[in-house]
Amino acid sequence: MKKDSNALPKKNPLSLQLDLSSFEKATDEEKFMQQRMRESTTFFKDGMRRLRKNKIAMICLCVLIAIVLIITFVPMFYPYDYSTQLGITPGQPTDSSYKNLKPFEYGETELKRIEAGENIFPHIFGTDSLGRDYAIRVIYGARISLVVGLFASIIVLIIGTIYGSISGYYGGKVDLIMMRIVDIIYSLPDLLMIILLSVVLNKTLNLEGTFLESLGVGMISIFIVFALLYWVGMARLIRGQILTIKQQDYVLAARSLGASGGHIIRHHMLPNCISVIIISTALQIPSAIFTESFLSFMGLGVSMPMPSLGSLASEALGGIYSYPYRLAIPAVAICLIVLSLNLLGDGLRDAFDPKLKK
Amino acid sequence: MDSKLALYIVKRLLLAIFTVFLIITITFFVMKAIPGGPFLSEKSPSPEVTAALEAKYGLDKPVFEQYITYLKDLLRGDFGPSIKNRGRQVIDLIMEGFAVSAKNGLIAACLAIVIGLVLGALAAVFHDSWIDKTIMVLSTAFVAIPSFVVATLLLLIFCITFPIFPANGNVSGGLVLPIISLSLSPMSYITRLTRSSMLDVLGQDYIRTARAKGVSNTKVIFKHALKNAVTPVITYVGPMIAYILTGSLVVEKVFAVPGLGDFFFSSITNRDYPMVMGTTIFLATLMVIMTLLSDICYKIFDPRVDLS
Repeated sequence: MKKDSNALPKKNPLSLQLDLSSFEKATDEEKFMQQRMRESTTFFKDGMRRLRKNKIAMICLCVLIAIVLIITFVPMFYPYDYSTQLGITPGQPTDSSYKNLKPFEYGETELKRIEAGENIFPHIFGTDSLGRDYAIRVIYGARISLVVGLFASIIVLIIGTIYGSISGYYGGKVDLIMMRIVDIIYSLPDLLMIILLSVVLNKTLNLEGTFLESLGVGMISIFIVFALLYWVGMARLIRGQILTIKQQDYVLAARSLGASGGHIIRHHMLPNCISVIIISTALQIPSAIFTESFLSFMGLGVSMPMPSLGSLASEALGGIYSYPYRLAIPAVAICLIVLSLNLLGDGLRDAFDPKLKK
Repeated sequence: MDSKLALYIVKRLLLAIFTVFLIITITFFVMKAIPGGPFLSEKSPSPEVTAALEAKYGLDKPVFEQYITYLKDLLRGDFGPSIKNRGRQVIDLIMEGFAVSAKNGLIAACLAIVIGLVLGALAAVFHDSWIDKTIMVLSTAFVAIPSFVVATLLLLIFCITFPIFPANGNVSGGLVLPIISLSLSPMSYITRLTRSSMLDVLGQDYIRTARAKGVSNTKVIFKHALKNAVTPVITYVGPMIAYILTGSLVVEKVFAVPGLGDFFFSSITNRDYPMVMGTTIFLATLMVIMTLLSDICYKIFDPRVDLS
């Protein structure tokens, strides 16, 4: 027997089952009113939309993408190397005509080869006092600065997040002691301590034979210093976030279901403060670049012959009257990188977390 | 309220003292970790001479004993003798350099505060006009750019391309550029700080009341609004002094100013360890004191601030 789909099952007098006959079907017009007028958007998409409207941030993003493309791909096909002293070939007398070339000038042997009809890549920014191509040194310098900025920020991010979330979640005495430690580190004058530690680490660290050797002692000491001192700001921020999230009902629900502290922090709390984490990491990068260039400028940063924007500026100071452009190029490059990172970070903050605005 | 304030001051004071103690300890033990000692140079003296020198400077004793001696000496204001400048005391050298640096730093700080307040107030009063926008763009740029980059660019523009000022900090007029490069970044920060707090204050009821009573616009801005808008700036004074002091380390190198930064620089390259230690401790203590003072002043001047 075919069952009528509209027929109701036999109603139990005591059940709360609804009587379908007392309802009427929705008309098409009413159904249309229920339709979504716009695609529902995720948190990330919404933020990106707001970021895309911010002209300054987009310009900065383009500048940064251009810089990143240049420093990744140009060294691949660039005919010169940052450490090769041009004009020095083994078994032949040194050709000193390569030293201190002005932009787009050539060394003597290169001029001869050009006369012979060869095509030689120009020295766009000339060469330095040791005959090294300056353009590639600036590119490598920018690469070092950005890499240091990125990795130092990641170190800060990891330490700060773990420390801040533990302190905020457990509260009470744990929080008190952990935050006193943060207060004390916070009150240390950071740059002075960094200079001091760099002086010492430059002398004491012995990296020979390890894979870290190629990075150089200066770079490693910068990372250590960041890991020791710079995470406190991030830890404070994360703790504040965790303290507010802790009051939410879903955390209580998770706890009453027997979730462990670590699970709650990882799966419920950190995903909810991800915007704060991203924004403060983005703003950490320029400050790390600032510190690196400051140290390199003082002669404490990356080790020779590796260039960094700070050390390039510092070297160029000696020949400022004859070769002012050699100082201007790294200085402008630092300005460009730091400024666009800062403005992009501000843009990210406005787009993803308007509450965080100072 | 007064007992609360006193409690706050005592707490901050204790933290400051502990911080200074920690800085001294870190500095001492970290510097002791450098292998080779201060007498190791290219032309190494004979073992007997080294031993005699070490005995003279007390370096042959156990490290902890040296630490106690160093602490005791510090309490008397004695930073020990400089190793590279024979016969000179570290404290004398520091004072000599600090006299120059402090003068520049103070001028830079005053410049930053005065111009920063005026520009910030201007930007707030002409909110959303071209004046506001220009000031904000410039201040955003100068907050971000490190002081030594500003210094090098100023040197390039005003000493090399257009030789208006001398590049040497020793001669007259030579201090103009170092002072400007030290003050630009704090000035921009104060501008932004003043602008936002001024905008906040200008929207409040008592300003409208004053305007309604017919008080002139200048008087409203300078007497009623600015007075309340400056309090956040007070908290920035401590960090600003710290910024100017560390900034002077490199700015003095760029312009060859014979200040504390210049000494610090050469003592790092010369491996004059007592000098490095002394300067670090001296500057760090100064910064801690400045931050302490500005924080306490903030609480005293602004009774609305919660002390808990």
